[in-house]
Amino acid sequence: MSHALLLDTTLCTGCGACTAACKEQNALPLEIEGRNTAYTWCTVEKRGSTFVRRMCMHCESPTCQSVCPVGAMKKSPEGPVLYDPKKCIGCRYCIQACPFDVPKYQWDRNVPVVAKCVMCQPRLAKGEATACASVCPTGAIRFGDREDLVREAKERIAATPGRYVDHIYGLHEAGGTSVLMLSSVPFGQLGLRTNLPDEPLGKLTWRVLSRVPDIVLMGGTLLYGIYWITKRREHVRRIEGGEGHES
Amino acid sequence: MTTMELPRPRTVRLGIWPGIFALIFAAFLYATFMRFTKGLGATTNLSDAFPWGIWIGFDILCGVGLAAGAFTLMATVHLFHIEKFKPIVRPTLLTGYLGYLLVCVGLMYDLGQPWRIWHALIYWNEHSVMFEVAWCVMLYTTVLTLEFSHIVFERLNWKWALNIMHALNTPLVILGVLLSTLHQSSLGTMYLIVPEKLHALWYTPALPLLFYISAIGAGLGMVILESHLSGRALGHELEMNLLEPLGRVMIVVLAIFGVLRLDLLWHAGALPLAFQPVYEGRMFLAEFVIGVLAPILLLSWPRVRRSPVGLVIGATCAVLGFMLYRLNVSITGIERASGTHYVPSWMEMTVSVGLMAIGVAVFGLAVRYLPIFPASKHGSHARGA
Repeated sequence: MSHALLLDTTLCTGCGACTAACKEQNALPLEIEGRNTAYTWCTVEKRGSTFVRRMCMHCESPTCQSVCPVGAMKKSPEGPVLYDPKKCIGCRYCIQACPFDVPKYQWDRNVPVVAKCVMCQPRLAKGEATACASVCPTGAIRFGDREDLVREAKERIAATPGRYVDHIYGLHEAGGTSVLMLSSVPFGQLGLRTNLPDEPLGKLTWRVLSRVPDIVLMGGTLLYGIYWITKRREHVRRIEGGEGHES
Repeated sequence: MTTMELPRPRTVRLGIWPGIFALIFAAFLYATFMRFTKGLGATTNLSDAFPWGIWIGFDILCGVGLAAGAFTLMATVHLFHIEKFKPIVRPTLLTGYLGYLLVCVGLMYDLGQPWRIWHALIYWNEHSVMFEVAWCVMLYTTVLTLEFSHIVFERLNWKWALNIMHALNTPLVILGVLLSTLHQSSLGTMYLIVPEKLHALWYTPALPLLFYISAIGAGLGMVILESHLSGRALGHELEMNLLEPLGRVMIVVLAIFGVLRLDLLWHAGALPLAFQPVYEGRMFLAEFVIGVLAPILLLSWPRVRRSPVGLVIGATCAVLGFMLYRLNVSITGIERASGTHYVPSWMEMTVSVGLMAIGVAVFGLAVRYLPIFPASKHGSHARGA
């Protein structure tokens, strides 16, 4: 069972209960910063007349997991993408590469780590919903199994024609995410990227990286071959032309 | 093997350079102290929106690329047996070795927790380009250390060590070329994963190839520049009979790079973007004119290529254009998607400049105390223009 969230922006009133509950659940500093930081893992942004929640999308094939040189990011089978601060060396490739601009850094600290939403993993382990979903007063945040939520999202779109744009954000974006979004306005107007490929971004680099053994074997053979042939040629040239002749 | 002897000690006119160096070094020490006591936020203009600045774009991307002359010349002389270039192998090796050492030091400033750099040894993620780059740079720096140790052993006159190094030479050079090929291109591969962020003038699936080719061009440019600078410092002249052919090779490498670059943009339909009156268009044109068109035009002109000044100017253009290309990929091309405008802080710049100054100073010391340059200077056929 893979946990997921369905965010229906048409139901969100921007009350901010999710942000407050998130801070309490994750023992984060309580001041509200208005944007996501290492100390604020989810916020509600107003875009036009729509409130849109910004949080980790918990990708099915996370870009952060693909780029991390020490494997500090990991998608768990239960849904959340988790971060191991004990492994992190602070290269910040995850921050650079995340297509949803999610991981944040503790820029103010001398021994900094990355921080982001963990989908309330301790609550999931106890069989509870995420803190944000459990406090949302309007039902804008639904917690459940990803397949069930995809079905529900499709039903909502079909049930009230014209209420939603006919797209579930996160169904396919960058290989799909565990956070799904519905909206009445095009997602680009909500500050979300709409130029993402449907395949996981990690495939773009793996296509090249998986060739490394081939490059080493073929390159090594080629280089040694060239060495062998040109050495022989130089040897012959020396014998024929006598030593020390530089052209 | 022992045609190399120490150059005679010379009095070198240094002028105001020691004073400037002392100033840079003092600022560098201050910036270093601040960086490691106050953290990245207090010393850099980096942010969550713009997490990689000039310590990645300049110190790492440019540093590694400019050190590419070492593997190129090692291959030319020791694998392809074009032995006439032998006299400039050692200064190039020295430049490359110092380059990689400085890249490693620069990385210490950029990493949030540099004392954990060894984590890459035990926590593996073979899907990460950064993981591959880390291993290649680590191994290649080891290869360079071994290749460079040859020169030190020669100075110490340790015959037994020289014999070991002689036996290891060919495998080491092949390993060095393979590792360089991998990580020079992989620095481009790092940006393949941000198709939604990197501007269309720079994003292409062929980034690894472009990074590889441009590094070879820039590495050769650096060979010419460093021969010029050390020649001035040590009072001998440019070995034009060796450097002029390098200038010709540079034309070919830059031409391949330039044609491939335009061809890829053409196929991606991104070429018109170059002529739009926006920031990215101007930066692309600057990069392409300075780094590709200008050096090709200058060096194709035999009179220019055969004069030391002309050759140095052509090589300078190629090196500056190469730096612009790397900075455009890592900074200019990312800015629009990040929604911010990044300008490095003075402390970021001080660290980058300070590391370069340290590199130049160590180079100057090394050529004085190690057998880097051949001692006897045949007055070279350079002067006549």
